Amino acid sequence: MACQGLASGETLKSLKAESETLRKKLEEERKKLHDVELEKVAEKAEALGELNMKTRRTLKGHGNKVLCMDWCKDKRRIVSSSQDGKVIVWDAFTTNKEHAVTMPTTWVMACAYAPSGCAIACGGLDNKCSVYPLSLDKDENLAAKKKSVAMHTNYLSGCTFTNSDMQILTSSGDGTSALWDVESGQLLQSFHGHSADVLTLDLAPSETGNTFVSGGSDKKANVWDLRSGQNVQSFDTHDSDINCVKYYPSGDAFASASDDSTCRLFDLRADREVSIYSKDSIIFGAASVDFSLSGRLLFAGYNDYTINVWDVLKGTRVAILFGHENRVSSLRVSPDGTAFCSGSWDNTLRVRHEREG
Amino acid sequence: MTIRNVRDHGQRFRPRMACLKKVESVMLEMQDPKTGVKSQPQRLVITTIPHAITGEDIVAWLTNCYSIETEEAWALGTMLVAFGYIYPLQDHKRLVIKPDASLYRFQTPYFWPAQQWPVEDTDYAIYLAKRNIRKKGILEMYEQVQYNSLHKWMNHKWDFIVMQAKEQYRAGKERKKPDRVVFDCQERAYWVVHRPPPGTVSAMDYGLERMVDPNTEELVLCLFSLFSSLVKYSVTYNKHDPFLAPCLPSNPWVTDDVTYWLLNMANVEIPTKMRVERWTFSFAELLSDPRGRDDFRLFLKKEFSGENLAFWEACEDLKWGTAATMNDKAQQVYKTFLTRGAPRWINIDGKTMEVTVKGLKHPHRYVLDAAQTHIFMLMKKDSYGRYLKSPVFKDTQKRAICPDQHMFSVSQLEANARKRRPSISPIIVRQLEQEERARMATSGPVDITQVMSKLSNKGKEVPPSKK
Repeated sequence: MACQGLASGETLKSLKAESETLRKKLEEERKKLHDVELEKVAEKAEALGELNMKTRRTLKGHGNKVLCMDWCKDKRRIVSSSQDGKVIVWDAFTTNKEHAVTMPTTWVMACAYAPSGCAIACGGLDNKCSVYPLSLDKDENLAAKKKSVAMHTNYLSGCTFTNSDMQILTSSGDGTSALWDVESGQLLQSFHGHSADVLTLDLAPSETGNTFVSGGSDKKANVWDLRSGQNVQSFDTHDSDINCVKYYPSGDAFASASDDSTCRLFDLRADREVSIYSKDSIIFGAASVDFSLSGRLLFAGYNDYTINVWDVLKGTRVAILFGHENRVSSLRVSPDGTAFCSGSWDNTLRVRHEREG
Repeated sequence: MTIRNVRDHGQRFRPRMACLKKVESVMLEMQDPKTGVKSQPQRLVITTIPHAITGEDIVAWLTNCYSIETEEAWALGTMLVAFGYIYPLQDHKRLVIKPDASLYRFQTPYFWPAQQWPVEDTDYAIYLAKRNIRKKGILEMYEQVQYNSLHKWMNHKWDFIVMQAKEQYRAGKERKKPDRVVFDCQERAYWVVHRPPPGTVSAMDYGLERMVDPNTEELVLCLFSLFSSLVKYSVTYNKHDPFLAPCLPSNPWVTDDVTYWLLNMANVEIPTKMRVERWTFSFAELLSDPRGRDDFRLFLKKEFSGENLAFWEACEDLKWGTAATMNDKAQQVYKTFLTRGAPRWINIDGKTMEVTVKGLKHPHRYVLDAAQTHIFMLMKKDSYGRYLKSPVFKDTQKRAICPDQHMFSVSQLEANARKRRPSISPIIVRQLEQEERARMATSGPVDITQVMSKLSNKGKEVPPSKK
C-alpha cells in the first residue's frame, strides 16, 4: 500500500518540515555539484570584456504601466501593451507609432507580433486572446477586423504565435496553456498540469522539435509536447513563482526568472537545473529574461527597477543597468540580436546596446 | 591536479570500451593525496611542473595496490599511458611507462577518452593550425601531412578553423606561463593518443563497429559532454553575437545607419560572409535562413533531388497551417509526393511509407511527421555535406561580401540620426511576395535566383506615401 497513516509523534506539520529540510539539503549538495561542473567546463571559454550598455531609444507614449512587448521579425518594429488597455505598434528605429489599438479591457498582460509582421495578438483580464490584422490605412479602426481566438476561464498571462500566423499558444491564470487555430478559433490542444496560474511560456526553436516550456505560480517549469499535450519534463527548484521562461538559442536548455530573485538555467537533456544566477545584493524578484544571440549573455529585468546582465557559462554578473523608474516588466532581445528592449511600469520602453569605444 | 570524484563519461554505452570506467576509478585512487602515488614539483628547463610523478613510483604503487609482480604492474602502467590517462613529460610520443626516474603527469579529466563523443577532426585541425600560428615549421612530418589533408577536405570551414585557432592562441597567451606550459603538455598528450604518429600502436583502435549503436538509446547522458555542448554553442556563435563582436559595417541602433539590415535582408542576392558562415554551423541553421535555403534548393535542383526539400516544406506548411485547409493539403501532399507514380515522388523506407499512408486515411496535422523526419535526416546526413563541398556553395561563398567597419565622425553620426527613415511595411512585403508567387505559379518553371533577386530589388523601394 503506497500511503500509510501518520506514525505516532508525527504530525503533518512535522513531516512537511522534515521534507523541507531534506529538500534544502539536496539543493545544497546539488548546488555544489553544479557550480563545479558547468563553470569548470566553461573555464576554457574566454572571459567577457566590460560591457557598457547605452539606451539608444526611449519609446514614450503609453499612459500607464507597460506590461509586455514583442519584436517583429523585421528587427525594428515592436508591439507593446499596457495596463490601461492600449496596445501600440512602434517602429522602434524611428520611434514612430504606427498603429494603436484600445482593448476593451485593462491589464493587457500579453502581446505578440505575428511572424509575417502583418498582425498582432493580445489579451489580459478579458480572459481572451484576440488577433488584430494590421492595416496600411492609418485611419482604419483595427478593432473592426479583430478576431477572438482564445478563451480561457481566467486572465491571459502570455501568448505567442507558432511558426506561422495561423496558430497561437496561450497561457492563463486558469492554470492551463492551450494551442488555438486562429482562423476558426478552434482549440487544437490543451495542456494541463500546473497547480496554479501559468505565468509564462516560450516555444522551442523550430529546429529542435515541437515542444514548449511554461512557468507558473506553483514554482514549476514544465516542458510540453505540442502534439500529444503531454507534460514531458518538470523542474521545481525555484522557491517562488516563475515569471518568465526563455529557451537557450540551441534549444537544449532554458532559463527562468522568479520572484525568489534568482534566474536559473535548466538543461533539458540532463533533466536538471545546471546554473543559478543570483547575488546577495539582489533581493527583489526577477520578472523577465532573454538570451543574446550566442546564448552567452542573459539579460534579466527585475522588480527593483534594474537590469542585470549575466555570463551564462561562468555564472557571474557582467553588468547592472539603471534607467527605468519603476519595475522592469518585460525584456526581449531583437531577432538579429543587435539590441534588446525593456518595458517598464514607468510607462516607457528602452532599446539598448553597448556604448561604442 | 587532483580529482575528487569520478563522473561517468558514457563508457557504459560502448561495450568494447567498458574498461574505461574501471580505469577511471584506478586513476582516482592513484591521485589520492594520502594513499596515492607521491608527486612533487619538477624542474623542467625554465619552469616548474607541479604534481609530476616518476615511472618507478607508478609501477611501485600498482605493484603494491594490486599485489602483483613488477612486470605486470609495468604492463598495466603502460596501458594507462596508452589510453591517455597518464602522459610522459619527456619523449612524449612514446606512450609507455619507463620504470625509472622518467617523469609523468596525470592527464586532466577534460582530456580523458570519452567514447560516446568521437574525437572530431575539426578540433584536430584547430589544434594543428594553432601550433602553426605559434611557430611555423614546428609541425612534424606526419602532422604536416594530416594538416594538408584536413585543409583540403575541410576547406569550406577553414576560415572558422583559423579563427578558432587564433582565439585559442590568444587566450592561451593570457594565461600565466606555468599554467600555459601545463596545458600545452596536456593538449599535446591528448592528440598523441587520438592522432598517433604513423607506425605506432594505438589504444584507441577498436576494430569494427558493431551493429547496435547504444548511443541511440534514451539514457542518462554524461553531464560533462552536455555542458561541453552548451559551451561549444556559445563559443561557435560568439563572433556572430552583436553584443560580443562588432556588426559589420555597424550596428544600426548605434550609428543610425541601416546598411547592416539592408545587406542582410531575407532574399538579398549576395549574402554577407558572416551569414554564409552560419550556414556551415548546422543544417537547421541553413534551412532557417531563407537565403540559405534558396542556395540549397538551387544545389538540389542541379542534383535533381529537389523533391526532398519541397516535401519537407509541404510538411511544415501542413503542421503550421490553418485547420480548415488541412485535409486538402494532406491529400495534395499525398498526390504530389507519396502515391505511386507521383510527379515528385520521394524515397522513404517501406515502413515509414506504410505508417504515413495509413495515417492519411484520417489525416491530422502531424500525420506526416515520421516521413518528414526521415527526409530531414536524409538531407542532413547526405545532401547537406555534399552541398557544402559543391560549386554552388563555393561560388556563393566566394561572392559573399565583407563590408568594412563604418568610421563615422561625431557630426556624421548626428546627421545619420536626423536622417532616420521608416522602412517598408511588412504588409507590403507580404503583398509583393504573394504577387510574385502567383506569377510563378502561372508561368512555367523559372530560374529561382532570378526571381529572388527581383524580389529583393523590389523590397528596397519604399512606395510613395499616401497623401
